[in-house]
Amino acid sequence: MSSGSGIDVRYVARLARLDLTEEEATLYQRQLDRLLEHVESLQRLDVGRVAPTAQVVPLTNVLRDDVTCPSLDRAQAMAGAPAREGAFFRVSRIIEEQE
Amino acid sequence: MSALYQRSATQIAAAVNAREVSAVEVLGAHMARIERVEPSIGAFLSLTADLAREQARRVDEAVAAGKRLPLAGVPVAVKDNMCLQGTVTTAGSKILAGWVAPYTATAVARLLEAGCLPVGKANLDEFAMGSSCENSALGVTRNPWDTDRVPGGSSGGSVAAVAAGEAALATASDTGGSIREPAAFCGVVGMKPTYGRISRYGLIAFASSLDQIGPIARTVEDAAAMYGVMAGHDPMDATSLPRPVEPTLPALRTDLRGLRVGLVREFDTKDLGEEIDAAYRRAYAQLAALGAEIVDVALPHAEYGLATYYLIAPAEASSNLARFDGVRYGLRVDGANVQEMYGKTRAAGFGPEVKRRILIGTYALSSGYYDAYYVRAQKARTLTAGDFERAFAACDLIACPAASSPAFEFGAKSDDPVSMYLMDYYTIPMSLAGLPALSVPCGFVRDGSPGGRELPLGLQLVAPLYEEARLFAAAHAYEQATRYTLDRQPPVVESVR
Amino acid sequence: MSGTMVEQTYEAVIGIECHVELKTASKMFCGCRNEFGGEPNTQLCPVCLALPGALPVPNRVAVEHVVRAGLACGAAIPSFSKFDRKNYFYPDMPKDYQISQFDMPLVSGGVVRFRREDGSEGSCRLTRIHLEEDTGKSTHMGSGDGRIAGSTHSLVDFNRAGVPLMEVVSEPELRSAEDAVAFLEYLRLTFLYLGISDVKMEEGSLRCDANVSIRPVGSTEFGTKTEIKNMNSFRSVWRAIQSEIERQRSVLAEGGRVAQETRGWDEANGITHSMRSKEQAHDYRYFPDPDLVPLTLEAAWVEDLRAKTGLIPIAAYERLERACGLAPAQIRQLLGDPALVRFLLQTVDMRPDDVAFAQAAANWLLGDVLRMLNERGVSIDGQRTLTAQALAECAELAMAGAITSKTAKELLERVMAEGGSPKEIVAREGLAQLSDPSMIAGIVDQVMAANAKSVADFQAGKENAIKALVGQVMKVSKGKANPQLAESLLRERLKQP
Repeated sequence: MSSGSGIDVRYVARLARLDLTEEEATLYQRQLDRLLEHVESLQRLDVGRVAPTAQVVPLTNVLRDDVTCPSLDRAQAMAGAPAREGAFFRVSRIIEEQE
Repeated sequence: MSALYQRSATQIAAAVNAREVSAVEVLGAHMARIERVEPSIGAFLSLTADLAREQARRVDEAVAAGKRLPLAGVPVAVKDNMCLQGTVTTAGSKILAGWVAPYTATAVARLLEAGCLPVGKANLDEFAMGSSCENSALGVTRNPWDTDRVPGGSSGGSVAAVAAGEAALATASDTGGSIREPAAFCGVVGMKPTYGRISRYGLIAFASSLDQIGPIARTVEDAAAMYGVMAGHDPMDATSLPRPVEPTLPALRTDLRGLRVGLVREFDTKDLGEEIDAAYRRAYAQLAALGAEIVDVALPHAEYGLATYYLIAPAEASSNLARFDGVRYGLRVDGANVQEMYGKTRAAGFGPEVKRRILIGTYALSSGYYDAYYVRAQKARTLTAGDFERAFAACDLIACPAASSPAFEFGAKSDDPVSMYLMDYYTIPMSLAGLPALSVPCGFVRDGSPGGRELPLGLQLVAPLYEEARLFAAAHAYEQATRYTLDRQPPVVESVR
Repeated sequence: MSGTMVEQTYEAVIGIECHVELKTASKMFCGCRNEFGGEPNTQLCPVCLALPGALPVPNRVAVEHVVRAGLACGAAIPSFSKFDRKNYFYPDMPKDYQISQFDMPLVSGGVVRFRREDGSEGSCRLTRIHLEEDTGKSTHMGSGDGRIAGSTHSLVDFNRAGVPLMEVVSEPELRSAEDAVAFLEYLRLTFLYLGISDVKMEEGSLRCDANVSIRPVGSTEFGTKTEIKNMNSFRSVWRAIQSEIERQRSVLAEGGRVAQETRGWDEANGITHSMRSKEQAHDYRYFPDPDLVPLTLEAAWVEDLRAKTGLIPIAAYERLERACGLAPAQIRQLLGDPALVRFLLQTVDMRPDDVAFAQAAANWLLGDVLRMLNERGVSIDGQRTLTAQALAECAELAMAGAITSKTAKELLERVMAEGGSPKEIVAREGLAQLSDPSMIAGIVDQVMAANAKSVADFQAGKENAIKALVGQVMKVSKGKANPQLAESLLRERLKQP
């Protein structure tokens, strides 16, 4: 099951919200193609009966009790805000998502 | 007795607790040392002298009131991907330049409670992605053994600070080798605990299922003491292990009798060059001389480690780093609309290595490739863990190199990401399996150039899950028998006066 | 118009997706208050603001709420579940991924049974229920009407970010706007009865979207569906679906094709309008959240939750119908107040299988008790004085003719004001109705003697005069005389010469 078609750096960059210059796109395309070649070695592995490992520690049901604790005050929460308006974080115009 | 900045953490704490010296004095000696060597080392992105002074006064008061603190008055460098309330915390990235953390990471908070003095925030590869510290967007850190060389990475600032005597201890984090490789490069002890042993709360995430905080110190004993303070369950981290932490200090040993040490067939050192090969052979022989039984073990999937890691880690990173979007904190580059702002902010804020990893990780998770890449890598991860399980049926510890070379010169591997990634060949499999592993100095090699300096090498010891105490015990025995860096300072110490 | 012909030809296929904010003290993954209407950006911490280094820890009660929702709908609870990250950028989503559940939701299947306005039965199966976190809230500025279209910028309040959110997805089994609303109403009531949500559409704690398509009657294939958003009340759900069905019918009637798209409901103009010209294929890059560990829903845990499920609205409906013989309109009046229903059923349970008693109790509750509660501005569980036992005693006394209905009313008033047992009060204060003819006869004689004019009037043929005489008997007996008995005794005596 080769993953075949290779990486489309422009598409992936759009998904990742990362503007790339022409030069960057060319450079990363080459470098990532090379990395993917290396990674292709995994396709040789027989993993048919192998369970995936998402976490190495055998923990389950790590849950917290439903108790509240103090929040940051607004000044602290908004101290790093690049732009604010009154009590709100401000962002420029949101356009409906296009992917 | 040696200068204050040369003393071990254990010695400092003992002296401060005994009121032979005050925490304020210890801090003064280290701040002076920092002032002298920092221009040539560049271990720190920022100094936190005021915070450290305040803390030193508190420690002195506590000690005067009869309290004994395990790390009383010990100066610590905090890797700058860990939050320390009120300090600029950047992860070495332009996207976070100037961001002041409003809270403190659990591991760091425990160090403060134990009496540590936070002297500064240590440089690192941006978001801990790198093996040389050259990926930091905010500063250059040099190897104290040879300032033309990299300190290793990503915890380059942490190891350089400790090696150069700017701090007795440093916090570091390891995702694929970011503690062990730089520790080897700078001739210090660096230890990555079992995944989940030390809380990740407040550690700026790179790859959540691999990231683990660990200690950097000049002696194994110090590393064990620091580990003991940081380790233990934290309800703020859902992946934190709820099991008790075995005490490490009482378990320290001076021999290895009764221990079986496995040498990994796939990690033959012949290809690393004659001198390096000889150094590791000497190290293994020393383990045997200390009473260890040397056995042969196999990690048949080791060759897939790198490929596995370079899918899983970037995939997690691509998601973890999405939050740097210019909305709530950090850099913003404005655009006509939010979507444009995202693209520009992230383009300006992230460096090339981070971008590469975001791209590859996004790709590995994207529709149509998820099973072929991400899920397959997770399955390969299972195979790696299985390798270790089988190996540890035949041995109690594994010994192998911590890196495939000593510290290299700046720029030597910048052109080819994959050759840089290969630096982590010996450390990645343990990260994938979540195992505790440690790097301890195991000798020096000449860099080969005329008048070239001697560069330290690191021996990596690996233990089964949860067996940190065994790891420290064995490393201590080896260190005490060899004393490669115990009686020797990096040359930078003499050069800067 | 060909309308009637078209209406005969097509049937609607409707599926509902709802988001329900869970009622908990704290948020889904942190300890910030889960409270509607706080001052903007005051219910935030490093976790829900997605500060670098912060980690989520799931709220146990939120998990249990979802499991209970599933159990109440008769769903299977899988033994294994996990959280996944859904990756997409949006300014009011702090992490730029949402912690959600992808392929292993907490609840699979289940069915919601409902009753229509006329009392007929309907049902719709559920596909799944999963647990996730809510986003913050954006206010769009500069467009005049708060809409995103034409806005110049947006303001974000993150208080809601991280509030536990349950997503319920139905199968496309609803066939009319009426059924869709009835389904939603029973879903809402179910969560209200379980106490797991406020389910207030006006506060956004219940939000729903509808997938609507039409197909020729008898066809088993689905037509192209549209997703309808922005419906702010059950009435707008009904209107929007109705309008969309009509729109799709006209499109097909005119030989057109329904486009797969998202459409927004325009309440003012009563139409849906296209929100996105074509449905974008999203690439959410779901993967298991590496900051969280899996959930295993052991049988003991699930059974414990099952035991706590309690009364659900459709079961309440059936009992009110069968045990109390209430009409659909009466049941609807009661059903929205789970405390009132529980109170009534608790009352009714005191005399099982006694329909007359149940009806009497229901009538007292729906009539006088509700009136008294309204006058006092309290809910049935907001007062402690009137117990189910007290209502049952009142109903029993009245049914048995032991007290007059006037006395019963007064008793209820008194018990509501001061508490106590109606039976004891009646016994203690001799309030029992006089049903002994020999005792009433004395009063009748006394009244006839004292009201000669009325007696003469009646005997002269003025039938109405008897009312005045009965009234006098009631007055003299302090309201305790059985009025029917008093009247018949009066008539008997008046006939005598």
